[in-house]
Amino acid sequence: MNGVPIYYFLVLSAVLFGLGVVGFLFKRNIIALFMSIELMLNAVNLAFVAFSRALGKLDGQVFVFFVIVVAAAEAAVGLAIVINIAHNRQTLNVEQVDLLKF
Amino acid sequence: MPLLANLWIVLALPLAGAAVNGLLGRHWSRRTVNSVAIGAASLAFVSTLELLREFFQLASASVPWVRFYFPWMTAENFHIDFALQVDQLTVVMLLIVTGVGLLIHIYSAGYMEHEGGYYRYFSYINLFMFFMLTLVMAANLLVLFVGWEGVGLCSYLLIGFWFRKKSAADAGKKAFITTRIGDMAFTVGLLLAFWTFRSLDYQTIFQQANTMPVENTGHIGVLTAICLLLLGGAVGKSAQLPLYVWLPDAMEGPTPVSALIHAATMVTAGVYMVSRMNILYVRAPIAMLAVAVIGAVTALFAASIGLVQTDIKKVLAYSTVSQLGYMFLACGVGAFGAGVFHLMTHAFFKGLLFLGAGSVIHAMGGEQDMRHMGGLRKKIPVTYWTMFAATLAIAGIPGFSGFFSKDEILFQTFAGPYRNPALWAIGLLAALMTSFYMFRLFFMTFFGSPRYDEHKVHVHESPKSMTVPLILLAVLAVAGGWWALPAMWGSENHFANFLAPVFASAAALAPAVDPEQHSLKLGLTLIATIVALTGLLIAWGLYIRSPHSADKLATSFRGLHRVLLHKYFVDEFYGFLIVKPLFWISINVLWHGVDETVIDGTVNASATVAQRVGGRLRRIQSGNTRSYASWVVMGAIGVTALLLGVWEWIR
Amino acid sequence: MSVPVFMFFACAALAVLGAVLLIVVREPIHSALALILVMAALAVLYLLLGAEFIAAVQLMVYAGAIMVLFVFVIMLLNAGVEERTNKSLMAKYLGLPLAGFLVLDLAWWIAKSTAGKAELTASAVPAQASSTIELSRMLFKQYLFPFEATSILILIAMLGAVVLARRDS
Repeated sequence: MNGVPIYYFLVLSAVLFGLGVVGFLFKRNIIALFMSIELMLNAVNLAFVAFSRALGKLDGQVFVFFVIVVAAAEAAVGLAIVINIAHNRQTLNVEQVDLLKF
Repeated sequence: MPLLANLWIVLALPLAGAAVNGLLGRHWSRRTVNSVAIGAASLAFVSTLELLREFFQLASASVPWVRFYFPWMTAENFHIDFALQVDQLTVVMLLIVTGVGLLIHIYSAGYMEHEGGYYRYFSYINLFMFFMLTLVMAANLLVLFVGWEGVGLCSYLLIGFWFRKKSAADAGKKAFITTRIGDMAFTVGLLLAFWTFRSLDYQTIFQQANTMPVENTGHIGVLTAICLLLLGGAVGKSAQLPLYVWLPDAMEGPTPVSALIHAATMVTAGVYMVSRMNILYVRAPIAMLAVAVIGAVTALFAASIGLVQTDIKKVLAYSTVSQLGYMFLACGVGAFGAGVFHLMTHAFFKGLLFLGAGSVIHAMGGEQDMRHMGGLRKKIPVTYWTMFAATLAIAGIPGFSGFFSKDEILFQTFAGPYRNPALWAIGLLAALMTSFYMFRLFFMTFFGSPRYDEHKVHVHESPKSMTVPLILLAVLAVAGGWWALPAMWGSENHFANFLAPVFASAAALAPAVDPEQHSLKLGLTLIATIVALTGLLIAWGLYIRSPHSADKLATSFRGLHRVLLHKYFVDEFYGFLIVKPLFWISINVLWHGVDETVIDGTVNASATVAQRVGGRLRRIQSGNTRSYASWVVMGAIGVTALLLGVWEWIR
Repeated sequence: MSVPVFMFFACAALAVLGAVLLIVVREPIHSALALILVMAALAVLYLLLGAEFIAAVQLMVYAGAIMVLFVFVIMLLNAGVEERTNKSLMAKYLGLPLAGFLVLDLAWWIAKSTAGKAELTASAVPAQASSTIELSRMLFKQYLFPFEATSILILIAMLGAVVLARRDS
């Protein structure tokens, strides 16, 4: 039977990543911004697993494991910060959090 | 031969004196300072005498005696050693420098007794002696140049000794800058000499030059060029036309300095150099002619200015310029020996004149204007008699040293191998003027009724430290010519014989001369004597018999008198032609133009640019996350494209 | 079309749909749900690639814990409709082109590197038994240090979250 050629997965990964970038650039809600980041991470995870399968080694999957763990930690802390911002500035619009400028 | 083997000792002694006095003298008593200085000078003189003794024991084959000390510069083909040499000419110069120098050191101890900066003065004149000795003992042109520049430096330091006085400081600068102009020509001459001879060593140059033919008249070959350029340096250093202007101003320095540097030694460096290079000069007729003409014209020009000056030192200064002209004239007509002879006698009588003038000034409490002197004859007898001897010598009265040397020069100019009767006539006219203005000086100072307030000025004779050197120099001024009596007086010219080996090859090249024409010589001597006596008589007539006729003469020829009094307005001319434009360029072009506009402008502009660019760039820091994100993405694209490119290129 | 290929395209379509929805909708809560859809689709794709453990972890941790956290926070903050401000000029004009370029870049890279490697297929039978046992062996042997490090990282994250989210009282 035919398998799925690996580059299908890679193309999908690229597309998802691109969409994540678009979301990152265009979303104004901080939480939505975070979610775009998660989307990008997921796309990368897919690429890792695909290559792990293609090269026949398990290292890619170990990496995915770590990525997920780190994503979790990052989400936790990030959202805590978001809560703080929301309380301090009464807004969730990322464009209004711009005091660190010239 | 201990001293000949260690020539450097002669150099080291005055240098050590200068260093010790310069570094430590500030806290010492005056006695200690002058003991160190005079000690160093006398040791130098004694070692010169010892050197002379050893020199006479040398076999003639080992002369010139060269001592090599260390290689100084080496760069591929360019090789210069620090080497010293001794030959007859060197010995003569050494004796003059150390002997007269020692007398002046002793004199200065008395003269500068009440001046500030005592230790500085003695340090400087010791240093001067060191450089002058380097100059005369050099074995190659570059070491000579070291001495040349060094004496220029000491001259600047000593002229501007009272540096808080603006005129003195300006005079020092003027001396240095004017001689520098000559030195530029000298340096180019050195370059050309090296290019031609591949060496600056005397022996090497002379060996090569001996094989070169005499350059044709009308054609400027490389030898002529070298000689003319070196002459340029000599013109500056020895105060000839057109670079003589610094010497009269140099009278701002203390009088012993004028005696030592601007009469006896430094200004004679040019004459020494030309004599040393005689082998080159005789092969360059155009250069010889230039030397002779410059010498004669300067002699006349300076003598004419000296006719009407009222400051005693200025008269002597112009007299020095004039006498140096005679020495150049001698060299220019091939009578190098006569030139050196006149150098020696001039050191005696001019040194004495300056020191005597210093004694007069000291006695008058600082007065230098002869119009305010008079009748000092009985009050300062030692000074009077010694200056009388010197005036007789310089005027060329028979029997005195100046007579023999000047006579020899004039004879050679008229009848020598490179004779030039026109220059002889100029020289004779200058001799007339010399006799006149010297006796004018003498009569105005010592005769007549006192033209000063006798209650205000208390005239007193100078201390022994000053009078003893005067007496010694007077003896030399009188007797100094007796060892160079020309053959016609039935005696050997010992001096000329002594120096003959130095000028031997030049003499061999000289055009033939009729054998000793005693009658011609006698006739010319007679003419010269008559001229000298005429000058004396005119001076006597104008200043003693009818004291006011000089002023009446001045009023009748007011225009001429004014021109002479203002030194032909040469300084003003130079100021207009050179100094003013130079200042203008310095201020407008270099200061406002280059320094302020270009350099400051560039620096300020770079600061402004940095500011503006920074101002624009900071807007990137907008604080807006989305903008930052866009930048990040752009960077990511850049990096991946780069990696892709590299990947492509590797494949 | 074989089953794996069909499965792939189905899940791929769902994932892309979810991603597009994530970007397009205006309420954050809808975005969160879209993201969960994406994660689910990806989990199936992992299964397709033979990474069962990862698929499980993805669902349990990523979709189950992290996304739940997101939803909690959204509800806590009462995140409403997104405003349409446009202060960033760069993002406004350059955003889409940049993202497009990026995708093209990546696509070209992939094409270049995988061209002529037709043998890299994901067939149903894996090359190396990617069992949990093997995975854990690797994790605790070769990757022990990163493992320990990430555990410390989690600890720190916990502390950080607690401190940051505390109300100053």
